[in-house]
Amino acid sequence: MKNNKFGIILNGLITENPTFVLMLGMCPTLATTTSAVNGLGMGAATMFVLICSNLVVSLLKSLIPDNVRIPSFIVIIATFVTLLEMLMKAYVPSLYESLGLFIPLIVVNCVVLGRAESFASKNNPFDSLLDGLGIGLGFTFALTLLGMVRELLGSGKLFGLTIFPEQYGALVFILAPGAFISLAYLLAIMNKLRKQS
Amino acid sequence: MKKLQSTLVNMVLVLGIIAIVAATLLAWVNQLTAEPIRLAEVAKQQTAIKEVTPAFDAVGKIISYTDETGQNINCYPVLNQNKCVGIAVESYSNAGFNGYIQVMVGFDMNGNIVNYSVLKQAETPGLGTKMVDWFKTDKAAQSILGKNPAKGLRVSKDGGEIDAITAATISSRAFLDAVNRAYTYYQKSLDAVQTAQN
Amino acid sequence: MIYIFMFIAAVFVNNIVLSQFLGICPFLGVSKKVNTAVGMSGAVAFVLTLATIITWLVYTFLLDPFNLGYLQTISFILVIASLVQLVEIVLKKISPALYQSLGVFLPLISTNCCILGVAILVIQKDYNLLESVVYAVSTAIGFGLALVLFAGIREQLALLRVPKGMQGMPIALLSAGLLALAFMGFSGIVKL
Repeated sequence: MKNNKFGIILNGLITENPTFVLMLGMCPTLATTTSAVNGLGMGAATMFVLICSNLVVSLLKSLIPDNVRIPSFIVIIATFVTLLEMLMKAYVPSLYESLGLFIPLIVVNCVVLGRAESFASKNNPFDSLLDGLGIGLGFTFALTLLGMVRELLGSGKLFGLTIFPEQYGALVFILAPGAFISLAYLLAIMNKLRKQS
Repeated sequence: MKKLQSTLVNMVLVLGIIAIVAATLLAWVNQLTAEPIRLAEVAKQQTAIKEVTPAFDAVGKIISYTDETGQNINCYPVLNQNKCVGIAVESYSNAGFNGYIQVMVGFDMNGNIVNYSVLKQAETPGLGTKMVDWFKTDKAAQSILGKNPAKGLRVSKDGGEIDAITAATISSRAFLDAVNRAYTYYQKSLDAVQTAQN
Repeated sequence: MIYIFMFIAAVFVNNIVLSQFLGICPFLGVSKKVNTAVGMSGAVAFVLTLATIITWLVYTFLLDPFNLGYLQTISFILVIASLVQLVEIVLKKISPALYQSLGVFLPLISTNCCILGVAILVIQKDYNLLESVVYAVSTAIGFGLALVLFAGIREQLALLRVPKGMQGMPIALLSAGLLALAFMGFSGIVKL
């Protein structure tokens, strides 16, 4: 799979899907998926940071001594997160407000540091960029899916469009417990699908 | 390229350079985005003012107050052909389920609520966040539009006339607290506007 | 009195894990045994309190006066990462026994988002130093409570026959959901 560029993307999207397989970055996954749009926004934000940090880490990998590897990666990631924060504040303020605290917290998302450490620091810049894209897409896909499930069951809407009247929705799916429960069943379904294929 | 060795000099140098580059980059972008961020905030405020007041052609001079806790409350009188037709008040409450909420409330010249717009809130999604349009919906006794908060608006649980958001009484109380505070400052600014006009 | 309310709110009503979703990774990762859960909670409590104090001081006396608010994220995460390293070194020297029990958890803590989350939250909420400390300590206790309770449930779960597809993470998440549901019962007991 090393030589296949498409394989790298597919790897992040399916084989090593950060949410459904690696179980990383659970905090934003659970917290920001109250609606499909929020899930999508959070996924895209994380993807931006992943791609940028993977690229830069891969470019700088031979300049960074091993012992200060982790702090350097953290600084690089934090820089991109802050950049993202300022850009979002300027151009998509409403999305920034609904994601709130979880934008700065991308810094401590284990997915981002994990990919920098396990992929970008060992591979060439272009592959690292693709890996960032793949993992980012996988994360976005998972978050959007979870957001769609919760929004539909909780308020009868999908991306803000009414599917069935709100009073038939089970509010609990938008609240905290619903996040855990929806993810539990999504995971169970994914497990089942993977065993069959 | 050969990997740099982990000597003290190398480590300090590399970390130092990365940190300096990062800080410079951030300072630069911070300056770059300062203006768009300010513009976005102003645009949001303007849209809110437009949304909550009767039709107008100009926004008059902003009247600012500082309340007993040191919070700023801005009142925006809106003018139509140089006559004040309403006032939008940027009010707040600290009693929300997750603390601070900020609301823009618009009044006409008789003190009736024209409309409102929630500017900032961190309430529970699916519960308290419904305040964004709950109190505008003309259903049962939910709506506060057209009401005059002279006697203070309260939720029905506290003996008032407004239906609270289902399962989010705390958020509803906080919202009405902000509306009532807005009314207090509406009255103050109304006096100021009228003395200025006469 | 206000501090007691803050304490109850942070431990039960707005539990950091079950209602704010911070620190989920260790919550799911090190909750298979009650013993390790207790160790992890101890380490988190220790670092969380220290980190909150230091980042509060950094923000109030370094960043805020010089209008460097935009360096908040980057400086906080560096403070936390170096603090964790420092605690590890100091602990190894002065109390090998404590190091034995907490040591393995320390490296995991730098990427625990509840540390950075709380550090940013106390700045956002404009708490003074004392309030920040109270908030940090009660948040840490809330984290510990959730973690230990959850570990207890998972120890029991290991003994049960669970449908194949639900084994492992799905059933754990489902129990976490029920736990969160139980904690929702606390909402409204204190009003801040």
